[in-house]
Amino acid sequence: MTPVSAERERADTEALIALIAADAAPRGPSLRASLLLALGAAVLVAAGVMQWALGMRGDAAAAFLSSARFVFKFAVTAALAVAAAHLALAMSRPGARVAGAAAWLAVPALLIAGAVALELLAVPEPAWSARMVGSNWLVCLTYGPLISLGPLGLLLLALRRGAPAVPWRAGLAAGLAAGGIGTFFYAAHCPDDSPLFVAVWYSLVVAIMGALGALIGSRVLRW
Amino acid sequence: MLMRSALDGDGAAYRELLSALAPALRAFARRILLAAGRDAGDAEDVVQETLLALHLKRQTWDPATPLAPWIWAIARHKAVDVLRRSGRRAEVPIDGLEDFLADAEAEAEPEALSSRDAGRMVASLNGRERDVVEAVCLSGASVKETGARLAMSEGAVRVALHRALKRLAAAHGG
Repeated sequence: MTPVSAERERADTEALIALIAADAAPRGPSLRASLLLALGAAVLVAAGVMQWALGMRGDAAAAFLSSARFVFKFAVTAALAVAAAHLALAMSRPGARVAGAAAWLAVPALLIAGAVALELLAVPEPAWSARMVGSNWLVCLTYGPLISLGPLGLLLLALRRGAPAVPWRAGLAAGLAAGGIGTFFYAAHCPDDSPLFVAVWYSLVVAIMGALGALIGSRVLRW
Repeated sequence: MLMRSALDGDGAAYRELLSALAPALRAFARRILLAAGRDAGDAEDVVQETLLALHLKRQTWDPATPLAPWIWAIARHKAVDVLRRSGRRAEVPIDGLEDFLADAEAEAEPEALSSRDAGRMVASLNGRERDVVEAVCLSGASVKETGARLAMSEGAVRVALHRALKRLAAAHGG
């Protein structure tokens, strides 16, 4: 490169800086605020789709008060949604520490592992497979992703304002969060409360959403 | 400090910050390119893409955290981007806002558009955005002056400018 063209290029850079500085309107909401807004909207959409497509199960209120298994479904899916959304935020911020945020995913993982262990102790072995297969796994695999789709779109939309070093990973985290939100609301319909059922079928829904998020994220989160 | 003022919309502080940053970014880009065994000639591309990204992604900086790691992470990302692209020999330089503006003027006669890249760049900006970019960039007019000159509201100038920057970044990265 000749000195003249290097000088020329620097002048271009100065022009670019002038252009950028002229665009220095107060910045919009922070990425965190955008993501929180998207999470709020995602919860509303998921709740709406669940109610419209399936409706809550009839004994939901009573089950919530009397069944630890029923309550556990909400605890583990909410923990997943929060941890994964937190991770997606960290991944979308240049220079932020991702490892610490990723460690929070251990919370839902340990919750499900602990609940499965308790269930295996509480239920005699011949009943295990019936509990795991449940009565409704096909509905779970159909409506779980369906309820999660809106949340995934909203989260990815918010994350487009972000700057992830590895777009597919941020998309994966968004997919896990969307799966957490979707299964949280599906749980209110789902008649299967055993942690064995949750560990298999809910996890499968979350995995599907994670894969979908990674796939879409690798395209739409590039910057 | 400057970044905080800049985020609050202080254009002068912003300009000062970015101007002060440019040489450091340039040195960083040269180092990375040379370390990768490439010609340092693409360094200015990295600088420009980084400046654009710092601006368009400024909402990703958390003011509770130090600024420097955020800036270097973005610079590294853009340097890797340029390396990857120059590895493929798919070059889409903004090469020179001034060149680009010259092309923009030539756009009145379509046959004058020789370079496909320039054509795409120009096509990516509509007339109004081009006018705004031209006013701010070439004659150094403020947003207010530009608005008066083009009979646009200040808000409209800002919107056009912002869209133009986004499009430049997209064309750059594409």
